[in-house]
Amino acid sequence: MNSPKPSMSLTKPEAFDLTLKQRISTAIGLIGLFILVLATCNVNFPNKPVFLALSLIMISVGVIVFANDMYLGKLEGIKNDGVMFKSISSRGLWAWISGIAFTGFYILLYFKAEWLGLGVDGAANTGLVALFDPLSRLLNGGQASQWFVYGTLYTIAILAFGYKFLLKYRHNRYERLRTFSVMFFQLAFAFLIPEFMARLNSDSFSLPYYDLKNIWPLNYYNFEQYRVNSMIEAGDIGLALLIFGILSIFVITPILTFKYGKRWYCSWVCGCGGLAETAGDSFRHLSDKRQVAWKIERWVVHSVVVFVTLMTTAVVYSYLGDDSSKYWLTKNTFLMSVAVLLTVVFALVMIFKHEQLAKDAKYGAIGYFVIIMVLIGMHYFNGSNLFLVKAESLRQFYGFLIGAIFSGVIGTGFYPIFGNRVWCRFGCPMAAILGFQQRLFSRFRITTNGGQCISCGNCSTYCEMGIDVRAYAQKGENIVRSSCVGCGICSAVCPRGVLKLENDNMKGRINSNDILLGNDVDLMDLVNQK
Amino acid sequence: MEHIVIIGNGISGVTLARQIRKLSDKKITIISSETEHFFSRTALMYIYMGHMTYEHTKPYEDWFWEKNRIELRNAYVKHIDTEYKNLKLADGGNLGYDKLVIATGSKPNKFGWPGQDLDGVQGLYSKQDADQLEITAPNNKVCKRAVIVGGGLIGIELAEMLNSRNIPVTFLVRESSFWDGVLPEVESQMINRHIKNHHIDLRLSSNLKEIKGDENGHVKSVIIEETGEELACDLVGLTAGVTPNINFLKGSKIETDKGVKVNAFLETNIKDVYAIGDCAEQQEPIGNRRPIEAVWYTGRMMGETLAQTICGNRLAYKPGHWFNSAKFLDIEYQTYGWVFGRKGRPDYEQHFHWKHEDDTKCITIAYHKQTNEFLGINTFGIRMKHEVFDKWLTEKRDVDYVMQHLKSANFDPEFYTHYEKEILATYKKNLEPSTF
Repeated sequence: MNSPKPSMSLTKPEAFDLTLKQRISTAIGLIGLFILVLATCNVNFPNKPVFLALSLIMISVGVIVFANDMYLGKLEGIKNDGVMFKSISSRGLWAWISGIAFTGFYILLYFKAEWLGLGVDGAANTGLVALFDPLSRLLNGGQASQWFVYGTLYTIAILAFGYKFLLKYRHNRYERLRTFSVMFFQLAFAFLIPEFMARLNSDSFSLPYYDLKNIWPLNYYNFEQYRVNSMIEAGDIGLALLIFGILSIFVITPILTFKYGKRWYCSWVCGCGGLAETAGDSFRHLSDKRQVAWKIERWVVHSVVVFVTLMTTAVVYSYLGDDSSKYWLTKNTFLMSVAVLLTVVFALVMIFKHEQLAKDAKYGAIGYFVIIMVLIGMHYFNGSNLFLVKAESLRQFYGFLIGAIFSGVIGTGFYPIFGNRVWCRFGCPMAAILGFQQRLFSRFRITTNGGQCISCGNCSTYCEMGIDVRAYAQKGENIVRSSCVGCGICSAVCPRGVLKLENDNMKGRINSNDILLGNDVDLMDLVNQK
Repeated sequence: MEHIVIIGNGISGVTLARQIRKLSDKKITIISSETEHFFSRTALMYIYMGHMTYEHTKPYEDWFWEKNRIELRNAYVKHIDTEYKNLKLADGGNLGYDKLVIATGSKPNKFGWPGQDLDGVQGLYSKQDADQLEITAPNNKVCKRAVIVGGGLIGIELAEMLNSRNIPVTFLVRESSFWDGVLPEVESQMINRHIKNHHIDLRLSSNLKEIKGDENGHVKSVIIEETGEELACDLVGLTAGVTPNINFLKGSKIETDKGVKVNAFLETNIKDVYAIGDCAEQQEPIGNRRPIEAVWYTGRMMGETLAQTICGNRLAYKPGHWFNSAKFLDIEYQTYGWVFGRKGRPDYEQHFHWKHEDDTKCITIAYHKQTNEFLGINTFGIRMKHEVFDKWLTEKRDVDYVMQHLKSANFDPEFYTHYEKEILATYKKNLEPSTF
């Protein structure tokens, strides 16, 4: 149930040491990284395009050669050999070193980008950011920002480690297709398309940087004034983007989640999920499986949703007008529609689905609902400062705490310590909303194969979302959990073929046959005898 | 309050305790000298291979036991006094009971080979065995070669484990083909090839003659009976089956043979004493089943059944249709109903085989020669639905029906290639044209 004990790797079996080829490939990758470190330290490379290419290629080649050596010599099949003995994947010394290094990088990225060489106030870039200028000019015509540097490295990580993932699970077609999908969406939607869109911008035409697959509330900033303004000003294309942004929340998302579960997004499309699945795959077993972690998860993740809803409402409200003759959407109309929408959702759930919710979920839902309604009501009747604080400070607070610290610094920097889906599990408001939909109405479930489970625990161990899959499997019960991202690894690692991800009809989705699996007993008889 | 004492914290004992707690308020004590908490024995191999840690193999968190008022006692039972309903423990303590359940499982077979008790000779069943393996064979420098004796499911798991640490393995199998006492020939031969593909030195039709030790009492080599060849090794894994772990019952009044004799209600000859799991021996075998079934699933079912009896709803142990599963290195295996290997196959049983050209997937369907009734299926590399086959066996479907509807029983992950069409085509080709 608990995660592995920290191994300082003094006694690990020698058979799990790196082979010579793996050592060499690690060295190649590290040299590639070292070029970036040198650039950060303001070493001025004479031919930037060459050194940038060299660095990125060496990093990729290092990962690819390492993966080849690790998996190609073996027959296809699940090979998690030695995961618990390796320092990097068992919270050993290397895990801490890399965790701290990644975290350091994130802190610089978010809060001290000028240390990475970002030119402030129109100054030219230096250092690391300058190294990426040539690539940035090639793609979007402008000079690089720290986010361009990050986006490039992020994409390289997903592609190179995606290749490793593909080799590791090459016997499993579901895993292969899913990985191609996240690699594609990262490269095209998250990286190239926004850069090309930026290229179209001119003095008279401007679109915000828009990763089309990022949906509110993951892109919590999508409905801020400057973005909405720039989309409206950009004419038909901009308006289409704005409408698409709204449709994706209220129409596209629920339909896809109904049909396929939240996995269509979390493990096939999303960039955070993409990085977690590829670069984070070696750390998936580190997720906390204790019941207490599950309890914390439910409260934290839903609080984030509530927070982001309030915050967005406040932000949108703050730039709307009062005069209904100028534009139909006024402060009051907007606030009323939010209140009505939340009430409708809340009422529908409580009327039709209340028996599917656990007691604490019900209390939580009621509690949150009351709080939001009181805040809206207070404002409506009182006209005081919205939600007691300024919309802008609310947004800054969210951006700092959730957007930067949670999703970046802890969520990704601490992969080697907390596992690869900490952000998705505890912090992502998008995952929580999709999970809510998945739990209440979706054809997706993980089915278990009758009485064939041997409770070995591979499924639970390798569940990145910390779900105790085994607890369901040993009872022969279908798994319908809001947190499940449908990565399919539980099914892949099961040595008895007990688990399967499925889209089927809603009927019989949640079954609780905690019964005598495999015993020949007339169930009705047994129940009547009790 | 009635006190139920369970000796053994394996799957049968723990299932029993959990079910009793669900049904009643009785006092429950589980005694084990193996581990403090219940863990899943089936996952021992993954600890050695580094896929999991011991903590991962515990299906319940440590607080679970106290919360559910199941008392855990770390002790070894030396003697059972059924007259006074009292247990004598090795540490000198005593424990009274109202109802006693023996669920002590198995121990690895030893057939009196010379040298079988040397250092470095061991089976693979208990947590202690796994810990010992970590000492004897931590890597390929300490253990330069391992010899595994006996060609069953534990044997191949042990081979896979040692293989994961690059320890060269010689696998001595008495039979002329791996596990062919159970598997039909085509399947067994496919597994032979799969084992060899993993660079495991598989020696068929090979018996162990003697294990030789060095001056320190540690194993040095083994001698093969047929060829007289001497193989130097540092570890000998004995995996030639298991026997009930019931030595401690000697001198008690509880009737035993190979295992603890029980009736259909899992009751022994002594009132209020029961036996379940690997160590129980049925007086009357059930259907085609053996009197002792050292299978994880049956242990669990016995626990579930006995809980009903102990809580006042006397229920006979009536396992449904036979099923089992395993994994041979990278190939998953499932079986539903009865498919016999050469040994013990009834005259009426006929087989249909299909094997994929990649040599890692195949199925065998057994049916009745005269009536065409479907009897059972073995699948390798293709996952099948338990529920569906259970239903078909109960409905006594004929083999044609099963072949036509095989697709509805498929349990492979999404996007996997399906072979039902190919299987059906092969099946049709094998039959006389008049049938279709």
